[in-house]
Amino acid sequence: MESGKNFVLGIYDDEDVLLEAVTKVRDSGVKIHEVYSPFPVHGLEHALGYKRTRLPIAAFMFGLLGFTLAVTMQTWMLGVDWPMIIGGKNFISLPPFVPVSFELTVLISALGMVGTFMIISDLKPYKKPRMFDVRSTDDKHVMAVDLGTNNLSKDEIGKVLNESGASEVNDKNFD
Amino acid sequence: MTEERYEFTAGAKKKIFILGAVGIVLFILGVFMAKSDGHGDEAAHALNTIEETSLLASTDENAIVLSEDAHGEAAHHETAPWLKRIFSNLWINNVYFTGLAIIGLFFITIQYASQAGWSAGMKRIPLAMASYLPIAGILMLVSWFVVKGDVFHWTHASLYLPVAEGGDSIIQGKAALWYWPNEIGSSLPLFYIARMVIFFGLWYWFFVMIKKHMLAEDIDGGLNHWKKARSLSAIFLVIFAVSSSVSAWDWVMSIDPHWFSTMFGWYIFSSWWVSGLAFITIVVVMLKRQGYLKIVNENHLHDIGKFVFGFSIFWTYIWFSQFLLIYYANIPEEVVYFVERMKASNYAWVFYTNILLNFVLPFLLLMTRDAKRQMSMLMLVSPIIVIGHWVDFYLMVTPGVMKTDGAIGLLEIGMLMIFLALFIYIMLHNLAKAPLVAKNHPMLEESLHHHI
Repeated sequence: MESGKNFVLGIYDDEDVLLEAVTKVRDSGVKIHEVYSPFPVHGLEHALGYKRTRLPIAAFMFGLLGFTLAVTMQTWMLGVDWPMIIGGKNFISLPPFVPVSFELTVLISALGMVGTFMIISDLKPYKKPRMFDVRSTDDKHVMAVDLGTNNLSKDEIGKVLNESGASEVNDKNFD
Repeated sequence: MTEERYEFTAGAKKKIFILGAVGIVLFILGVFMAKSDGHGDEAAHALNTIEETSLLASTDENAIVLSEDAHGEAAHHETAPWLKRIFSNLWINNVYFTGLAIIGLFFITIQYASQAGWSAGMKRIPLAMASYLPIAGILMLVSWFVVKGDVFHWTHASLYLPVAEGGDSIIQGKAALWYWPNEIGSSLPLFYIARMVIFFGLWYWFFVMIKKHMLAEDIDGGLNHWKKARSLSAIFLVIFAVSSSVSAWDWVMSIDPHWFSTMFGWYIFSSWWVSGLAFITIVVVMLKRQGYLKIVNENHLHDIGKFVFGFSIFWTYIWFSQFLLIYYANIPEEVVYFVERMKASNYAWVFYTNILLNFVLPFLLLMTRDAKRQMSMLMLVSPIIVIGHWVDFYLMVTPGVMKTDGAIGLLEIGMLMIFLALFIYIMLHNLAKAPLVAKNHPMLEESLHHHI
């Protein structure tokens, strides 16, 4: 079966039940696509076995880029393109470069991080989000299991979800 | 929860005594080396100083200020360089270890004032550090009278003669800050000494009161002690904001009496604060390695690691804010401070080492999340910071006292080890007196579940 099309949804009323359910469902060999919650559930990312984000590495790289950019820019502007005598200092004197380098490091790092985050999270303007169950924005936790990535049948998965404490089990198909 | 107590074992005491004994041996060796190192004839030495500093000064005006300085000293009875070096180091260590002690109290009060929960399990360590306060106060007061003639140029009575007779008009303008209400130039700078006594007295009083409530909480439980400690903390923080700044002017900035910096109060505070945080980290990790402090886990280490990392950068920010403005304005009476430190061959390497130890290394080594959660990395960076900020204080004090004669040798290392042994001994001695974990702390439960 093609992945990303046909889902089984487990609806949970309580976040404590959900947390235990995630562990139970994963232990029984079912791969969970994603869990949608109306509020952050503490410890959910551990239960789901998510690896820590590598965003900080991107932040460091962008910071380095910003720093290099700032130093190069100032060196070129004040040392090569338009040398000016300011307060009797050398054309290329490092201390006055520090504030600008700092600001550009922070700016490029922050903008780069936002951009990276949007790309890896597949967020873009005018993107229509896929809504599994509208109640996940109100008072229900929704666990989505992709039939395409699981070897078990729809009924078997439904049974696992039911046993784990789901208040209802639904189908959801996207075209 | 079972009561956990630190046991100050004979083995630990022995190690501290060895640290102190090695320090004494190194110190004595260092003194002999410094003595035999002699600069020969004293008059030639004074001339030498004038020449060197004139060469260093960036403008003519500067040279005048400096040679006036040197002239003023040459006119006085000149102390031998090796003795000056001892005095200078005595003062560095006094100021530095006073800082570590008062930061112990400051850390606790910050935790109370902000109602922080994460630190509930490790508050006894800064409390033990603050136990050094009364000894720091007595040592500092006594040393001041020993070192004043050599470390504090402004104590020389001849500076307060009329200007035509060799008086110094700049220092005369500041003299009331030290001598009021006594006669200016008298043997006792009453206002100065009174401030020192009052600051230590206030700090110690708040320490005793807060400690009383912290320990009584172990027995009585409830919220009352916490609330009282919190009120005391809030008042202390206001007092400390002023007193830390003024003590920075008194104890360190007045060593270079011609010079001033409006950043200086913050500069000293940030240096004390980050070295105190690093010291707390070292003690926590060492206790954990010995099997104590089970309730402190990597989440708590992460938080204290963030403190160390963040305030290393804060120190750098303050350091740079002071440096950039003085560098850019290039006003002779201000810039002389950095000329003395950056352009003298025996301080230039210390100047750059200071930045390396206190900014570059902590910044790069503690940047990642994993680094802050690992004891091995914290145990690498924290000692670097503790040593680094001793170097920072060395750089603030020595060029003002020794001019271009300063050095870092066995004498400096030995005296630092002696003070370190004394400080650690008093801290651990007091740590063993009370339970290691505040079992009735209202936020202990929160601390147990702390997760980041």
